[in-house]
Amino acid sequence: MNVNAMIIDGKDNVAIAIEPIAAGDTVTYLVQGKPVSLKAAQDITIYHKLATRPIAKGEPVVKYGEHIGVATEDIPVGAHVHVHNVVSPQEDRRSKE
Amino acid sequence: MTFYGYRRPDGRVGVRNRVLILPASVCASDTTRIISQQVEGSVTFNNQQGCSQVAPDQQLTMDVMAGYAANPNIYGTVVVSLGCENCQMDLVVAAIRERTNKPLEQVIIQEAGGTLKAVEMAVRYAKQMVADASMLQKEEFPISELIVGTECGGSDPTSGLAANPAIGAMSDLLVQAGGTSILSETPECIGAEHILARRAKDQHVHDRVYEITERFEKHFHGVGEDVRAGNPSPGNKAGGITTLEEKSLGCIHKGGHSMLNNVYDYGKQVSAHEGLVLMDTPGNDPSSVAAMVAGGAQVVVFSSGRGSPVGSPISPVVKITGNKLTFAKMEDNIDFNAAPIIYGEKTIEQMGEELLQMVVETACGKQTKAEALGFTETAIARMCNYV
Repeated sequence: MNVNAMIIDGKDNVAIAIEPIAAGDTVTYLVQGKPVSLKAAQDITIYHKLATRPIAKGEPVVKYGEHIGVATEDIPVGAHVHVHNVVSPQEDRRSKE
Repeated sequence: MTFYGYRRPDGRVGVRNRVLILPASVCASDTTRIISQQVEGSVTFNNQQGCSQVAPDQQLTMDVMAGYAANPNIYGTVVVSLGCENCQMDLVVAAIRERTNKPLEQVIIQEAGGTLKAVEMAVRYAKQMVADASMLQKEEFPISELIVGTECGGSDPTSGLAANPAIGAMSDLLVQAGGTSILSETPECIGAEHILARRAKDQHVHDRVYEITERFEKHFHGVGEDVRAGNPSPGNKAGGITTLEEKSLGCIHKGGHSMLNNVYDYGKQVSAHEGLVLMDTPGNDPSSVAAMVAGGAQVVVFSSGRGSPVGSPISPVVKITGNKLTFAKMEDNIDFNAAPIIYGEKTIEQMGEELLQMVVETACGKQTKAEALGFTETAIARMCNYV
């Protein structure tokens, strides 16, 4: 088993590549010590994000268990998640506590 | 845990023993460079401000100047002013005297009779101060005397995964030992305010967290801009950070899990033994580091995924990265490798202990990579344009 990604919080819908990943590679990350695998839909640069669940257009992108952005298009599992398909959520800061 | 440092007459403890040649304005900065070049053991910096400023803007400059002089790493200060600038000698001296009773000398270039005469006067003052400083013996102090500034710059996703959590673990240990840890960079709290606010000591501190982030954003709106237009930077994005909110959620890990006890304005004097505090600084690294050093930080710990070289004229800056490729490529600039956290080789807690050890060694005199390279570049935050 080659662990080449990691996830920070159980609520997250993105994982972080911790090695360079090529399209078609198996992506493996640990959830509470147990390996979870999926197939990379695209090349993922080391330390960039990929979707671990389908993220619909308008849905929040979740990392650290928090909203880091909003999807601007439907993002399939294994796809690169970055500035081309995510914008700042710009949420009301006081409503989140 | 203890370290060996220098006791100052104002009761604070330094980890370096330098003499500061302080330029009161941009018009004195070339002169202080010439002075400092002639006095081994002295430091100076380029002050781009000090004149043509409205009051709140000038206050930022005054606080950094006074704070640099008062920082316990400085034995004493020779203030050099041109003579006609807004930051007049008597104002600068009064601001320094509000913070410290350490040795202080003054040279006004226009009164001394030009650059060469001012250089001679200031060099003589500074050489005497360096001689006096060299007689000081180090003493042993508990690490509760330390104020450590924390910064992240040239961030990438490894900063939030490894380097900043390691800094957070170090910060928690320092706070438990009775020291002070400063979290900084107001724009990099945007999107994570609620997490800091939940950890606030009381309602006032809670409200201040929102106040400084809202003020920062509003400031940019005032000139028709959005803070997100320049943050994350191109390097942050190339590294894999997508939004300011993502960057912020990684950034605040530097504060660990301690209670947030206070929120300071830019460059104000920070109290020792206060635990975790937040300072209102910009995301720009040299000016954020400057504010914490002005606040009294004797050591700064600075994470960088991309590999920042920034140092300080006053305080040692310990560089840490969570990016194994950056550590391999830029080892001449980086002191500490936190990448083992990402690869499951070490825990955040283990790396936090190792980092605290490095902070203590640095406090005892070990040179940082930035010090070895002689990096002293610094900047002072601005409120608005010159008048």
